[in-house]
Amino acid sequence: MGSWLDYTINGLIIGNIYALVAVGLALIFGVSHLINFAHGSVYAVGAYVGWACFTYLNLPLPLTALVVIMVCGGLGVLIERLGLRPLAGAPRIAPLLATIGISLVIDQVLQILFTPDPRALPSPLPEWRITIGSGTIGALDVLIAATGLVSAVVLYGFLRFTRLGWAVRATAQDRDAARQVGVDTDAVNRAVFAIASALGGLSGLLVGMYFNHIDPAMSFQATLKGVVAQVIGGMGNVPGAVAGSLLLGLTESWGVALFGSSYRNLFSFVLLLLILVLRPNGLFASARTTPPEPMTGTFIAPSRVVRVPPWAVGLAVAAAICVPLIPAIPYVLQVLTNAWLMAMLAISLTLVAGTLGQVSLGHAALLLLGAYASALLTLDSGWPVWLSVPTAGVLTAVIGTALVAPAFRLRSHYVSIATLGIGEIVSLVILNWESLTRGPMGVTNIPPLAIGGLELDSPQASYWSSLAVLIVLAGLQLRLLRSHLGRTFRAIRDDDVAARAYGVSLDRYKGIGFAFAGFGAGMSGAIAAHLYSYINNETFTSTVSITALTMVILGGMGNVLGGILGAVALTALPELFRGTAEYRMLIYGVVLLLLIRFRPQGVLGTV
Amino acid sequence: MSQPLLHATGIFRSFGGIQAVAGVDVAIAPGEFLSIIGPNGAGKTTLFNLLSGHDVPGSGQISFDGKTITGWAPERIASLGIARTFQHGRVFGNLSVRDNILVGAHHRLRAAKPHLPGLGALAELLIALIRPASVAREEQALAAEVAEIATLFGDRLTPRLDQPAFSLSYANRRRVEIARALALHPRLLLLDEPTAGMNESETAEMTTIIGGLKAQGHTILLIEHKLDLVMRLSDRVIAMDDGRIIAEGPPEAVRQDPAVIEAYLGHSHIGRAVETVT
Repeated sequence: MGSWLDYTINGLIIGNIYALVAVGLALIFGVSHLINFAHGSVYAVGAYVGWACFTYLNLPLPLTALVVIMVCGGLGVLIERLGLRPLAGAPRIAPLLATIGISLVIDQVLQILFTPDPRALPSPLPEWRITIGSGTIGALDVLIAATGLVSAVVLYGFLRFTRLGWAVRATAQDRDAARQVGVDTDAVNRAVFAIASALGGLSGLLVGMYFNHIDPAMSFQATLKGVVAQVIGGMGNVPGAVAGSLLLGLTESWGVALFGSSYRNLFSFVLLLLILVLRPNGLFASARTTPPEPMTGTFIAPSRVVRVPPWAVGLAVAAAICVPLIPAIPYVLQVLTNAWLMAMLAISLTLVAGTLGQVSLGHAALLLLGAYASALLTLDSGWPVWLSVPTAGVLTAVIGTALVAPAFRLRSHYVSIATLGIGEIVSLVILNWESLTRGPMGVTNIPPLAIGGLELDSPQASYWSSLAVLIVLAGLQLRLLRSHLGRTFRAIRDDDVAARAYGVSLDRYKGIGFAFAGFGAGMSGAIAAHLYSYINNETFTSTVSITALTMVILGGMGNVLGGILGAVALTALPELFRGTAEYRMLIYGVVLLLLIRFRPQGVLGTV
Repeated sequence: MSQPLLHATGIFRSFGGIQAVAGVDVAIAPGEFLSIIGPNGAGKTTLFNLLSGHDVPGSGQISFDGKTITGWAPERIASLGIARTFQHGRVFGNLSVRDNILVGAHHRLRAAKPHLPGLGALAELLIALIRPASVAREEQALAAEVAEIATLFGDRLTPRLDQPAFSLSYANRRRVEIARALALHPRLLLLDEPTAGMNESETAEMTTIIGGLKAQGHTILLIEHKLDLVMRLSDRVIAMDDGRIIAEGPPEAVRQDPAVIEAYLGHSHIGRAVETVT
């Protein structure tokens, strides 16, 4: 193990890289109150454009950097035009979801163009290193530090001394007032997105060179780190973002020094949660709390629900039950079984995101909890499967609710960030808690579904058992929505201030909502574990969370039938067009974008 | 005055450097109709937020029915029987009018919300899923009560009970807010500008309704700009300016008070010159 000085220097360099990403995010949040989830994609694009410039054009580094800046700046303008401007009047969470859609599209395009395999991005810089203490600093380290410093100074000068910079600051403080005195806020947004994205792309190039490694997955990681750094420094606070990034880099580096490299991300997300819970306005914000917003800022479009006649529902259920009777290929049954499992996740998510208004971006963690609970109960404690699956549901409800409880006091997009972080923490704890979870090896030889001595491992039996559980869960949820809990949840979603004024305790009802949702999602994960017979901490990733959210929005927020419809549509349709498997996330991204823009209430309407 | 129902003493609240409420004492007796008037920015709504628990006073004490409730969460204060409406109207947009009013009755749910220490939330969830007969009866009784409350507003709300609140006119949303407050069975009703944004005939209608509530014996604390309404209904009036109480007493006396006139006409030298002798 190297000295502390080494780890400190390394932490500062990593922190500096995060800063280039976080500053861009902070600038964008400052003027538009948008967490740009496509920012990491721009960063990945920067890395790949740099790789292409080196490989195909043999450009020197300065020219490559210039190309990266131009391409990514242009991409930023495009994101602003597509993701932000058309949604000016929409709830705050809408542009956030739009940027998630854009990021899915960009990431998938990168994968299609460059394959998902990692590539080397060798640094063209000279190979000298200076020794400091027991460690060394190379040319690239100096370049990264210099880029960070120079861009900070240039940015400061721009914001302080140019007319456009003044306009940016004015817009950040009060968009309406800025507009009234003649500031073209659209132009400001465009400029900010261009600058931020150019910075993001540049940092992608530098990071690629630093690790001599680029792959499309770097996109999401970068967004996560940038968001964490920004939350630490205070959303929209540019100097705070720099400080937050350095702090994050140091924390991670020291964490790695103490516990090993698989703990790096765990440290960042635990730090994120601590800040969100203890100082939601960031380390550097004054203690004054912000006044409550009139609306919780949830993604609820006023709409009328499409009434589906009961006979139609009955008919659909009957048809679903009969599918295995027709001599279909097992492949169709397998796809539909997956659709039922996703539908359980979707109705679980639609309850918290739609009915309760807490847009969770970490819902896949509940699947992981359920899957591991049931797998370990059967393998390590010898429980029968018929008992371990519902028990896994209960355990997921308890653990999931306990994990998310500290975030109950947060609102709108802070809930989304917190749940995203909690989701990552669950996956990382599973990865690192080897004595319980078998760590990165995953859990193998999970027994198939069975009731008593009756094994349910045929495709038909798997299909029917998943469908049966889904029908029961959906029925329970519809019952719940018709009870006083349904209106209480929706009251919290529509206006939590008014709900409290009428005696509704937010903690209690958010707890009840998450517990019920956790039960359903846990059951889904548990059944999946017994169907797959193998799981690891990456069986259900944040991509699954985003997919589920797309399903929920497609069907209509809070709408149980809509959630099932969305799950079937988005699971089965890509399978219909075989050979489109690699376009799947692209399709999800486009669907998400189109929905948010043109039919935010979804197909069956918001409940 | 008999034992006050609500008693707030020495209430201070500042935002940054601004004293929004600077040393206010308010007491309201059971059955009393007390109005708070004052120009915009006088601190009336801030005071309401402090009384209903949406904000915590920097210093001072609030007691209700002998209990000290300073710093209590709003949901806890609501369950004591204090209902409030909001200045700009905060109905639940996607809920039907009926559900909006039913949320007002939330703290009175008994069958659906058993009082079990520790496991109350779990029991509440299970009962909602099982829906025993007692819960069905309770919901039925509440629905009947909602229909009855709605009749208070003539035919304004009754035909719209199943419509979502976002589809209502502004005036009807304000009516829903008051109906929701009544469903709480309030022991104290805090009304924040119930006629804001209403035209003359709507204001007259609302005046009649609030007068009816007074006649039923409700204890009401009202913030209102329309002096007509205040003069007609109030037992007592408090005038605020700059976070302080500048006059207090019977409606007519407060209306004639020079400090009140000055506050309303602006702090002009002309106004002061006229009233020099006081």
